[in-house]
Amino acid sequence: MSEIIFFDSTLRDGSHAIGHQLSAGNIKEYCRQIDDAGLYTTIVGHGNGLGASSLQVGLSAITDKDMLKCARKELKKTKLGVFLIPGFGTINDDINPAIDVGVDLFCVATHCTEADVTRQHIEYLRKKNKETYGVLMMYHMTSKEKLVEEALKMQSYGAQGVIIMDSAGASTPEMVSDTVSYLSQNIEIKLGFHAHNNLGLAVANSLIAIQNGVLIIDGTLRGFGAGAGNCQLEVLIGLLLKIGISTNLDLYRMMDVSDNIVAKIMKKPQEISSISLISGIAGVFSGFANHVKQAAERFKVDPRDIFMELGKRKMVAGQEDFIVDVAMYLASKKGSEKESYDIESLL
Amino acid sequence: MRKVKVGIIGTGNIGTDLLIKIQRSKFLECGIFVGRNADSEGIRRAELMGINTSCESIEAISKNPGLCEIVFDATSASVHLKNAPILKKLKKYTIDLTPSRIGKMCVPAINMKECLDVSNINLVTCGGQAAIPIMVAIMKVHPDTEYIELVSSIASKSAGSGTRLNIDEFTQTTIDAIESFTKVKKAKAIIILNPAEPPVLMHNTIYANIKKPNLARLKREVNKTANVIKKYVPGYKITLGPVFENDRVTTMIEVIGLGDYLPKYSGNLDIITCAAVNMAEEYAKRKLLSKTMNN
Repeated sequence: MSEIIFFDSTLRDGSHAIGHQLSAGNIKEYCRQIDDAGLYTTIVGHGNGLGASSLQVGLSAITDKDMLKCARKELKKTKLGVFLIPGFGTINDDINPAIDVGVDLFCVATHCTEADVTRQHIEYLRKKNKETYGVLMMYHMTSKEKLVEEALKMQSYGAQGVIIMDSAGASTPEMVSDTVSYLSQNIEIKLGFHAHNNLGLAVANSLIAIQNGVLIIDGTLRGFGAGAGNCQLEVLIGLLLKIGISTNLDLYRMMDVSDNIVAKIMKKPQEISSISLISGIAGVFSGFANHVKQAAERFKVDPRDIFMELGKRKMVAGQEDFIVDVAMYLASKKGSEKESYDIESLL
Repeated sequence: MRKVKVGIIGTGNIGTDLLIKIQRSKFLECGIFVGRNADSEGIRRAELMGINTSCESIEAISKNPGLCEIVFDATSASVHLKNAPILKKLKKYTIDLTPSRIGKMCVPAINMKECLDVSNINLVTCGGQAAIPIMVAIMKVHPDTEYIELVSSIASKSAGSGTRLNIDEFTQTTIDAIESFTKVKKAKAIIILNPAEPPVLMHNTIYANIKKPNLARLKREVNKTANVIKKYVPGYKITLGPVFENDRVTTMIEVIGLGDYLPKYSGNLDIITCAAVNMAEEYAKRKLLSKTMNN
């Protein structure tokens, strides 16, 4: 099973965890050291991708272009990748400048039921001969049949693979095996899986995804990522070694970069806080965590209640503005009627 | 009273919503409703209403130009590129609801009068219609604001194939229109399709980087502008602010649709069709008035 390729989102998903404050120095040092590790691509940029630096999601410390330039200089063996969500970035303002910097690989992402908004961007990039993958986020919010339908759309636009993201870390092992095996049987292009660790299953779910047919694993070193973090790539590689699945990755190199560089970039060790746990249970995007904490403090409501309410309203990534709305709603209800957000009521 | 005849190109969500609104107008009547798809729900609806329809799209208007004086184009940006020169030759007052940006950018609350004097006007985007007048009001109070941002979220169900396939123009046109109308140094627009069930109302959040905001004046200007918009978009409402939080001024807007063609959550559809009908009515009023005077 050595044909599995690894997408490294450390400097993309990790950006969420530090309020998008990656510095030029961070990017240079990381890319210089990881280039030899055998990863297929290192994806660099704001957590929500090109053009997402905003008051809504958070402003990046440096521009997209500067981030990509720093990475471009250092990455020689590993492809330089970027992430883009249509509706955030545009072809003119974001994709063309990224092509000019020399980005090799593009991931065009959207909510799991909205694949048709990626058509313009995927077709444009394929015409420019850029390696392009489609990404379906929050895959747990829809059925496997619908996922196949959406993945086939991306395939028809010319995507070379489709990655499904467990953006909220809401997957149980059964959900992963069931969805991944069904998808891999029904699409022709490569299938990938991107895990989050809200329920402590990011590594396990990635292994299950491999055992059920995915050919792309998207994860991060040290699990550095939004909310509870991602599939910790070096741990997964270790696990694969142990069960006899060989990869061409340099595990010691990954461990060194994880210990010496990623640990320094991180503000605190990646942990599963109660907030992350609740977001996994509620099935809400992990990247909301910091915004929820702020709103909870400001309106004096329980952040867990905000998460459960966001889950009820099925909020998707990019709707950070609704968090304030929900917090205000909960604050206004306080005392009048006590709605129960007990875990039992969800099951 | 005589009414001015309009033609509608595009029988999707926007075209059909326009058709229904025009039925209520005191100044407009639909001369022809055209598209490419004979099986579209819109064409069926129009036929039931006894409207003259055709599946030959713009050719039907070229062949029979007397059927309309005003034309709404509710197709897509790329189709309007082809339609625009034809409509110009036919001397039709053209109201473009695609994000093509061929004509003069028009937001009735800001530049209605100037837009009556040109032959092709473009209604920017639904997010642009909802937010730009408020942004102009904010800039009026704080002209040195350097950055302004719009997050516009619409229900997935209300975004037709035109919007989806034009998502890039939709985003870019909104950004460019904000910059050109407000003269702000840098603008950003984020468009989000929300798949939630039941569908969410069209929701817009405006952020402006202002260090020491004059909130009382801001409130006054924002509410004044909102009242102007409400005259032609009845479901327009400021739901929050302007408030000052995290070093930024935040204003939230909700648009509830009239529920003419799509349900009320489709405020995005309503704000742009209301603006279009408003412009057509103003044009028609002027036309009818000048005819009366000439007689």
